[in-house]
Amino acid sequence: MYTFPMPPLDVPALVLGNTHLSADYNVLRLEAPAIAADCLPGQFVMIRTAPGTDPLLRRPFSVFEILRDAEGTPAGLSVLCKRIGPGTTRLYDAAAGDRLAVLGPLGKPFSVVSPPVEAWMVAGGVGLAPFATLTEALRAAGAPARLFYGGRSRADLFYLDWFGSRGVTLDLATEDGSLGARGRVTAPLEEALRARAAGSRVMLYACGPELMLKAVADLARSYGCPSEISTERIMGCGLGGCYSCVVRVRDSEGTPHFVRSCLNGPVFNGDDLVWE
Amino acid sequence: MDLSVRIGSLVLKNPLMSASGCFGYGLEYAGIVDLSSLGAVVVKGLFLKEREGHPPPRIVETPSGMLNAIGLQGIGVHRFVREKMPELRRLGAVVIVNVCGSSIEEYVEVSRILSDVEGVAALELNISCPNIKEGGIQFGCNLASTAEVVAAVRKATALPLIPKLTPNVTSVSSFARAAEENGADAVSLVNTFLAMVVDVETRRPAISNGMGGLSGPAIRPIAVRMVYECANAVRIPVVGMGGIGSARDVLEFMIAGATAVQVGTANFVDPFIWPRLQAGIEDYMTRHGVARAADLVGTLDFGR
Repeated sequence: MYTFPMPPLDVPALVLGNTHLSADYNVLRLEAPAIAADCLPGQFVMIRTAPGTDPLLRRPFSVFEILRDAEGTPAGLSVLCKRIGPGTTRLYDAAAGDRLAVLGPLGKPFSVVSPPVEAWMVAGGVGLAPFATLTEALRAAGAPARLFYGGRSRADLFYLDWFGSRGVTLDLATEDGSLGARGRVTAPLEEALRARAAGSRVMLYACGPELMLKAVADLARSYGCPSEISTERIMGCGLGGCYSCVVRVRDSEGTPHFVRSCLNGPVFNGDDLVWE
Repeated sequence: MDLSVRIGSLVLKNPLMSASGCFGYGLEYAGIVDLSSLGAVVVKGLFLKEREGHPPPRIVETPSGMLNAIGLQGIGVHRFVREKMPELRRLGAVVIVNVCGSSIEEYVEVSRILSDVEGVAALELNISCPNIKEGGIQFGCNLASTAEVVAAVRKATALPLIPKLTPNVTSVSSFARAAEENGADAVSLVNTFLAMVVDVETRRPAISNGMGGLSGPAIRPIAVRMVYECANAVRIPVVGMGGIGSARDVLEFMIAGATAVQVGTANFVDPFIWPRLQAGIEDYMTRHGVARAADLVGTLDFGR
């Protein structure tokens, strides 16, 4: 049997708002209280970007924020989108009052560490998406959190105040050096791993481009830290039906197999992932 | 109102089946779909042994459709029987297994194993996967080979046998006839259309296998035409599929000659589609005064 933490729901979610963060990035806020109430950090939803048959398939998105009403009850969720094709262009252009079919929550969540373990999150670009809900869960658990966040330039780094105001220590990197360290975000990460106090325990969480994920998994192994990595694949259904979204993972005997990232992930133990 | 239809010796409570390769092993959906409410659950294709499948990317979206080359990743018949069948039986699913082979001997062996398994209601013979060299398409694109593999499996099983036909031939109906003449109880069609998508920026194929199988609403009118042709060429039932996404589409296939239908790609978009399809068929039957769904089959009226 395949057991969902909670069986997913498909709701015609009202678009509450759409904030354009840049020419490519937007945050879409969706009314979906039942999905939001059950959502765990690192889980995803499948969104139908338009009615009809073109685009046909839903698109997978990490749940970005859980939206709450004045009493703190989950009222909806947001997704962080990057415009890369026809589906995401529709989401970029979506307006308050539109309705979009949202299926979720789906997938295996992050495990949330508690003190004395520190949580170090590593995000590249749109890979920031799963770390807002994780941050909330880490705060609730009282675990110190740090975010290593990289993008092409300062205009590609978002929500810095959001994370800062929730007590997350920020380590930024941009390829053009316009904010934070110049270059890849894995450079300040390695520096921090090298500099950390002897005996300190760190869990690395990562989401972003494949090369960054591999680098984080390698650093985690070199520095003796556990890691949990959220993978991104083209998905057909999000429910295990189509076998499109496979990731190569080692089993307990070390033999690599393709497994479906929608069911067995999207969050994997970094040590289990096999890099192509 | 009677929704039941008959495929050989098998009576289905309604004409709705999941399409192989689009519904995992059925259990993936058990948390959200009542598997016993489907006419049949057609599970993912099984070889004798486990198969790894193609590297990703395995799918790409196309206008009102999708292209896939999964490569028949699967757990093999033995693990299926051991790990999946007990739960499928417990949930009351009518299970049709899609049988794959890279040789006639393998088709026969997989079919023989499944014939002894309680709860397997029928076998769908996959002689039409376009995505792997040894995926059966070499049997499905050649009339003599189709005849040979169907005849060989027929000898090995008493279960209803449903060869699944490829549309990637000049005349699908001649393959339906070859299947019928060699003992098939029904034929199912269409498998996907061999197709290609190119990423013009990189000048590479969009999926790792290069070519793949096209499915979804884009292929529906061609599939309806092929089902119509086959239904007129054979006496055995035809199971129709290709881009079904609504009760209207189910009815279109049935009127064109399909006794039952399979739903594939639409289940990816809407896994909660099944009760709506059934309700839509019932609504149509009420509006048109049809008491038995089977009475709709092949009722196409050319008005001449």
